[in-house]
Amino acid sequence: MTDILDTSDQAGMVPADSPDVVRILNPDGTIAPTAAAEQYLPLIDALTEFDLEQFYRDMVISRVFDQQATNLQRQGQLALWPPSFGQEAAQVGSAHAARAQDHIFPSYREHIVTTIRGVDPLDIIKLMRGLSHGGWDPKDPKNGNTHIYTLVLGSQTLHATGYAMGLTFDGRAASGDIERDEAVLVYYGDGASSQGDVHEAMVFAASYRTPEVFFMQNNQWAISVPVSRQSRTPLYRRAAGYMPSVQVDGNDVLASFAVTRRALDEARAGDGPRAIEAVTYRRGAHTTSDDPTKYRTRNEEAAWAERDPIARMRAYLESRGAESAFFADVDEEAAATADDARQRTTQLPSPTAESMFTHVYTDAHPLMAEQRAWLADYEASFEEGRA
Amino acid sequence: MTVETMTFGKALNAGLRRAMADDSRVLLMGEDIGPLGGVFRITEGLQEEFGESRVLDTPLAESGIVGTAIGLAMAGFRPVVEIQFDGFVFPAFDQITTQLAKLTNRHDGRQPFPVVIRIPYGGHIGAVEHHQESPEAYFAHTPGLRVISPSTPNDAYWMIQQAIAGNDPVIFLEPKSRYWPKGEVDLNEPAAATPYQARVARSGTDVTLVGHGAMVTVLLQAAAQAESEGVSCEVIDLRSLSPIDYQPVLDSVRKTGRMVYGQEAPGNVSVGSEVAATVMERAFFSLEAPVLRVSGFDTPFPPAKLEGLYLPDADRILEAVDRSLAY
Repeated sequence: MTDILDTSDQAGMVPADSPDVVRILNPDGTIAPTAAAEQYLPLIDALTEFDLEQFYRDMVISRVFDQQATNLQRQGQLALWPPSFGQEAAQVGSAHAARAQDHIFPSYREHIVTTIRGVDPLDIIKLMRGLSHGGWDPKDPKNGNTHIYTLVLGSQTLHATGYAMGLTFDGRAASGDIERDEAVLVYYGDGASSQGDVHEAMVFAASYRTPEVFFMQNNQWAISVPVSRQSRTPLYRRAAGYMPSVQVDGNDVLASFAVTRRALDEARAGDGPRAIEAVTYRRGAHTTSDDPTKYRTRNEEAAWAERDPIARMRAYLESRGAESAFFADVDEEAAATADDARQRTTQLPSPTAESMFTHVYTDAHPLMAEQRAWLADYEASFEEGRA
Repeated sequence: MTVETMTFGKALNAGLRRAMADDSRVLLMGEDIGPLGGVFRITEGLQEEFGESRVLDTPLAESGIVGTAIGLAMAGFRPVVEIQFDGFVFPAFDQITTQLAKLTNRHDGRQPFPVVIRIPYGGHIGAVEHHQESPEAYFAHTPGLRVISPSTPNDAYWMIQQAIAGNDPVIFLEPKSRYWPKGEVDLNEPAAATPYQARVARSGTDVTLVGHGAMVTVLLQAAAQAESEGVSCEVIDLRSLSPIDYQPVLDSVRKTGRMVYGQEAPGNVSVGSEVAATVMERAFFSLEAPVLRVSGFDTPFPPAKLEGLYLPDADRILEAVDRSLAY
């Protein structure tokens, strides 16, 4: 008799391939497209050597930065850090698939996407150091239309959908000009996929045919709960109830790039929203407050290490003749980026007391003015006492 | 001066129409607000006039409505959301409190979030569960939101326009039992420069009666009865529950020394509690009696046959006036 609560048949190790999975690079770095990947090959053929090297460079730099940020937390410089370790291919591939005019709505582990779009990684550090709840200005052109993090899981999928509705109402999509039409790329995870907001976002997106791509990183774990507790069916099939949905090997940067590029271009053309499930693995902890040894095995971690996105891409580049000097350069650049982040973290200024009150409302508000003045007087009373 | 007599509901409809005509970025969103005009017909005719991309009959999902309204605000629109009934706002409570209320602050003020959420609220209509509630305290307790409630057709017409023109999220509570009575609306000049000012609805010298929404009508009835018994009541319509404009309340209490707060909501941790505490803090030496509250009971809103017992009426207000005067 089957125990209906037992998910062990689905949990752990590396899930079996679904017949629809899009993969181009095998874990050993050889090109071996799955049947579903064939249609994407022209997008890969169009990539230049520089593009391929850029994918690799971004994956390595982001991993070293992520390790640095984790260390900074361990040393008391950050309150928290949610590592992106292991998810480099899904993020690098999808971020490079977005065009300059696109709008990005991250969850809170998209450090790689965010940085590729132009956000200073120190702005992410500000959140985790307790200096800000936001960190950067989505409207500043240097930030590549990247919206700020949201910590309530799935909330941002609705904001992204509303934003995409606005693009449609304003005629900013579906003109047929691929270089001008705008689309929205929203990130969430396997845990968030159980949230009602994600489903409502898909209902609205489908209903209003938004120019939008829902990009899910299924990293197998929602803190300590395996994806098998979130869904009995592969997650891309759940989204297929609302819109065309694709499953991609999220540890394959080429496949992640191709499916996202195709989906975004279809969405911007007015074909309606698209969903992607990128199957990947959170090699680090959920956050630095977590302890993965309590809920998963070393064997599982080792099995996923075999499918590491960076090793895979490196093997592929080596097979194409990339030289060791290239890899040494990348490592050097990564180390420099991480050192720079460490240096600047400790120099970040603390927020002022009055900043608590300044931006609660946009228009003038009597209670804010009153409490801000009270706190200033209260603080000043200690200064006087000392004098 | 152009003054027209119309119902509160028509005044809201006219206010929304004018706000949409004044600013092409204003959108209406909600359930059944298109051809039907909303279950209370507040948006009647607006979709026909402004089109389906400015008056959106949305899917039936309140969190989805508010969450997408937030995204539309990020894209430069001014969404006005209709929640069908007070008790149906809670599926959107997360988006309102964890997102909408905090997003201006999260963006360090770099982006305004001008979203208005209209909620028909309160009892007196004999309806089923979830259709007669007064949820204002939840929202007034939430930093980042403004909460206002008109009690007259003139205020309905102007306050909805002022809420839409402002740059902050506004919870706009419509006392649904007041939708049908008529009143004069001055179409040229608002009664107050902002919706955040309290209004003296009746002058008096012995006891200050304070309330909001539909309760203002009850307070005025009580004041009329009290007058026939020789007691002069001042009635203050709070209009704004967050922020609260205390000056007219304090001025009145300093004159009368007595205050009664009337509200349909349960009294525990309510707007009336906050006003009572603040009056005690700021006008302690003017008080001749404790500030009293007359509220709904701390029970779920009862089945309609009991609503007359649950909702404070003029007699319950007068009973509190008598208790206050006995000190």
